[in-house]
Amino acid sequence: MNDLVENVVKGDIRAVARLIRDIDDGIPGVREALKALYPHTGKAYVLGITGSPGVGKSTLVDQMVSHLRRKEKTVGVLAVDPTSPFSGGAILGDRVRMQRHSLDEGVFIRSMATRGHFGGLTQSTRSAIDVLDAMGKDYIIVETVGVGQDEVDVVKSAHTTVIVVIPGMGDDIQAIKAGILEVGDIFVINKADREGSDKTLSDLRLMIDMDQKKYEDGGWKPPIVKAQAVFDKGVEEVLEEVEKHRAYLLETQGEIDFRRSPKRVREELMDLVKNRVIEEVLGKLTETGDFDAAVEAIARGEKDPYSACDELVLPRLEIH
Amino acid sequence: MTGKRRIRIMVAKPGLDGHDRGARIIARAYRDAGYEVVYTGLHQTPEEIVEAAIQEDVDMIGLSSLAGAHNYLFPRTVELLKEKGADDIVVCGGGIIPDEDIPTLKAAGIREIFTPGTPLDVIVKWVADNVEPRGEY
Repeated sequence: MNDLVENVVKGDIRAVARLIRDIDDGIPGVREALKALYPHTGKAYVLGITGSPGVGKSTLVDQMVSHLRRKEKTVGVLAVDPTSPFSGGAILGDRVRMQRHSLDEGVFIRSMATRGHFGGLTQSTRSAIDVLDAMGKDYIIVETVGVGQDEVDVVKSAHTTVIVVIPGMGDDIQAIKAGILEVGDIFVINKADREGSDKTLSDLRLMIDMDQKKYEDGGWKPPIVKAQAVFDKGVEEVLEEVEKHRAYLLETQGEIDFRRSPKRVREELMDLVKNRVIEEVLGKLTETGDFDAAVEAIARGEKDPYSACDELVLPRLEIH
Repeated sequence: MTGKRRIRIMVAKPGLDGHDRGARIIARAYRDAGYEVVYTGLHQTPEEIVEAAIQEDVDMIGLSSLAGAHNYLFPRTVELLKEKGADDIVVCGGGIIPDEDIPTLKAAGIREIFTPGTPLDVIVKWVADNVEPRGEY
């Protein structure tokens, strides 16, 4: 494992690829590797790209990679696609839009499945960001699956979160109002040649303007950029806004390494603790067969699920 | 931490062949069998496929070719994997491939060739029987 970490820091592609696999598969020893890796992290600038399926996230990411490469920046990409809840399999197709960067040594692209186990998405994506960071990438772009609960979590790991929408999906904007909108640092209206892009623009502007008080107090006001990523239109503007946001963070927080921000550290540590508790308790439950026994007892009508839950969990929560 | 390796497969379309319905159907079948499938899209060079396979740490590459250039593209992929020290990645192929080409392709290191008419479950089961998670780093 130590060789692995050393080689990741040297930027060895196979070591990076394998460590991300180990994280994903939950291989014993990976925690030790991540501990050793941690001191090498905190240098990369992390961008989160989120939005509904089909809005053009992958295409936008592909173009952003090209622009960053022209500026001689190295880029890591993590593209997350959903795991089938039925088979556990997944089709990871984001790479299709980015394959032209495959031979560029300054770019590392990795597809990840959500895998749904024990809230693993957030944690393994976050750990994978650490790996790409430690390998020395200047920028790390995380492309999430289509909008859902988890995406708010993933963007916790990003310096700048870009929300991609398209015209004519009014309902969609409604849907993102509650959660996603609040975490957007930059909004991109992609496929902006389509009918209704001005309406989408004014809808977004209205929502953003409702937080006027926040901006007057020095808060970041999310800009809206119209783009046609497939024709490389608006992409440079998106990156300009990213740089402005970066400058804003630097000015207001004085520190780009969000591991030093108590708020971020608190969130990250809380998630780690949560996952670990779930893992330990659930692991023991399934090992002993107690869980299956409880399922059968409830199915036979001998027990109610609430009592069963208490009996399963409480004895295991004693602090050793 | 489940600690269990999940098989990852890359489905790739090398060369100038523009038809990928077959490749997508195979990808879907692998997905339904519980594998993680990275799809590269059309018009890939063997160099691009091999580099992507290493970055994605896949255990197997399935090459699909309907345009007749398999005798170059398939062996070249295996050769590049060797050069990169990644020849523990299993390579199989499928598509419009004449029977007389199959022995040469197998001799070049392509482990299996699936021709038109092969039932999907045969192609899927072959993975379970022939593909192991890659060795330790």
